[in-house]
Amino acid sequence: MTLLKIENLKVYYPVRGGFFRRVIDHVKAVDDISFELQPGETYGLVGESGCGKTTTGRTIIGLNRPTAGKITFNDVELTKITRRDFYKYRKDIQMIFQDPYSSLNPRKRVIDIIAEPIRNFERLSPKEERMKIMEVLEKVGLSPESIYKYPHEFSGGQRQRIGIARALTLNPKLIIADEPVSALDVSVQAQVLNFMKDIQKEFNLTYLFISHDLGIIRHMCDRIGIMYRGRLVEEGTKEEIFENPQHIYTKRLLSSIPQMNPEERLKHMAFRKEVNQEFKNNYDKYFDAEGKIFDLKPISETHSVALP
Amino acid sequence: MANQPLLQIKNLTTSFRIQDEYYPAVDNVSLNVNENEVLAIVGESGCGKSALALSIMRLHNELNTKLEGEVNFKGQNLLSLSTAEMNKYRGKEMGMIFQDPLTALNPLMRIGQQIEEAMRNHLDLSDAEMKARSLELLKKVGIPNPERTYMQFPHELSGGMRQRVVIAIAISCEPKFLIADEPTTALDVTIQAQILDLMLELQEQMKTGIILITHDLGVVAEMADRVAVMYAGQIVEIADVYTLFRNPLHPYTRSLFNSIPSAAEGSDRLHVIQGIVPSLKNLPRTGCRFSNRIPWIKESAHESNPTLHEVEKDHWVRCTCYQDFHFPGDAEAEKI
Repeated sequence: MTLLKIENLKVYYPVRGGFFRRVIDHVKAVDDISFELQPGETYGLVGESGCGKTTTGRTIIGLNRPTAGKITFNDVELTKITRRDFYKYRKDIQMIFQDPYSSLNPRKRVIDIIAEPIRNFERLSPKEERMKIMEVLEKVGLSPESIYKYPHEFSGGQRQRIGIARALTLNPKLIIADEPVSALDVSVQAQVLNFMKDIQKEFNLTYLFISHDLGIIRHMCDRIGIMYRGRLVEEGTKEEIFENPQHIYTKRLLSSIPQMNPEERLKHMAFRKEVNQEFKNNYDKYFDAEGKIFDLKPISETHSVALP
Repeated sequence: MANQPLLQIKNLTTSFRIQDEYYPAVDNVSLNVNENEVLAIVGESGCGKSALALSIMRLHNELNTKLEGEVNFKGQNLLSLSTAEMNKYRGKEMGMIFQDPLTALNPLMRIGQQIEEAMRNHLDLSDAEMKARSLELLKKVGIPNPERTYMQFPHELSGGMRQRVVIAIAISCEPKFLIADEPTTALDVTIQAQILDLMLELQEQMKTGIILITHDLGVVAEMADRVAVMYAGQIVEIADVYTLFRNPLHPYTRSLFNSIPSAAEGSDRLHVIQGIVPSLKNLPRTGCRFSNRIPWIKESAHESNPTLHEVEKDHWVRCTCYQDFHFPGDAEAEKI
């Protein structure tokens, strides 16, 4: 059964100008993308800044309105129902934000930060509420006594775990993690990634993992979608994307990752140049006359590429 | 003089004042940078790598910073110079590439003016000559339309283009020595690759000595000739890049390698370094500074006053604890 299904999702932002500030054009932040998430898997959405990956995540959770397309969650079409009905599904989809320094209200204590979703969706007495919060705090590896502390009293990794605790309180089915470790140091990053893997097993969570770091994506994800200019250029399992990339943009992205092997760097640099050259030379092969990316076409059961 | 290093740092200690006490953020660091060499300094935030870079350029606020030791540039100790004398070096013989190109550029000045600023101070050129040179520089750093960019403002350029402008400014007076402080951290991977390739190309042409400061070991592997790993204000390991990647010895270096997703490949779990970096005020001044992050290593493995040991030619490691170091076998390290 499919947990989340995105079909032909489009998010356009109007550009206004001219007489009476009429809409003269659109910025196509997300332009006709489709993908599916199976329960328990981690789907990675990769791309450069401005490619629309964050917009996609925000649209699924309801922070942006889709211009067109269908979002189906657990056989319910989220894009058709009213705001009031959407409220019921909101607790099943939670989000972990990028920057743990700006996503926690500095004037609230940890207990109030984590209690916010509970107060929105469940009726609990203050005592029960406190019990529940201490329970999640323990799960994320913070001491239960820290509920009366403020965010500034924690380190970056601990803050990010508070953000995760907040996402976990309502036992969600799907978590959208938007660059959850980009703002953290490598060793702290390792801590948060390990932890996300642990809770995934424990709660049978599904992740939509948004990142620009292919190393992290490779470590975390089962299936990967590569986004470029608001469209998917390639989609497939981790092995297919990393071992057998088909689209020139995917190749270019992969060749840009710094290799951890200094002995091979000249070879790698030559390879990168070659790919960049191919990107320039064979541009028409991968993009249509207007520079638009073609629709995805399956080349195997799990692997599809945007080729004409 | 033959074989004299371009830049020689001797026992440099940089201390910051916190409530009338001075605390060393860079503690007794000695380094050499040769001509035509890229030395990378790696470490996590707060390890003192940027403080070291700013000390070399003397860009710290002198009212609450104390610099001790020597920074010899072509035989001249920079720390003994007056500000006016120092200004003759900054921008001319020593250039700096900053991390965030948006904050490093003045938003109210046209790109052309900003590039000419350093030349105006250091070189004796006419306006026309300066303009010609600026355009040439912009072309050299790979900006497609130099004439147009010359008249643009920073906000009109993308992040990668801005970083190219910052590099153009840094190399405008053909410095012999460059400090690049996290030059690609704010950029996307594809742009990062372009900027790194550009820096290597320019370095080859101009034979500059570069100190590259970064936290990304991948960038180090692509760029550096030698690597110094810093932890808590000290250099804990220094070696050439091939040796360090083949045979990292210090526990901190090894932990760092094992916590990176792409390097820890094969294993499902990443290594987590226990505990946190102690703050400047609480830093232990004696003993091995890394010892409390690897508590499973017995006390006697550490030196009481750790020094750098040469384990093989030009491969230096601090403290003796690397000999007994091993990763905890089971899930112990995961608990924080």
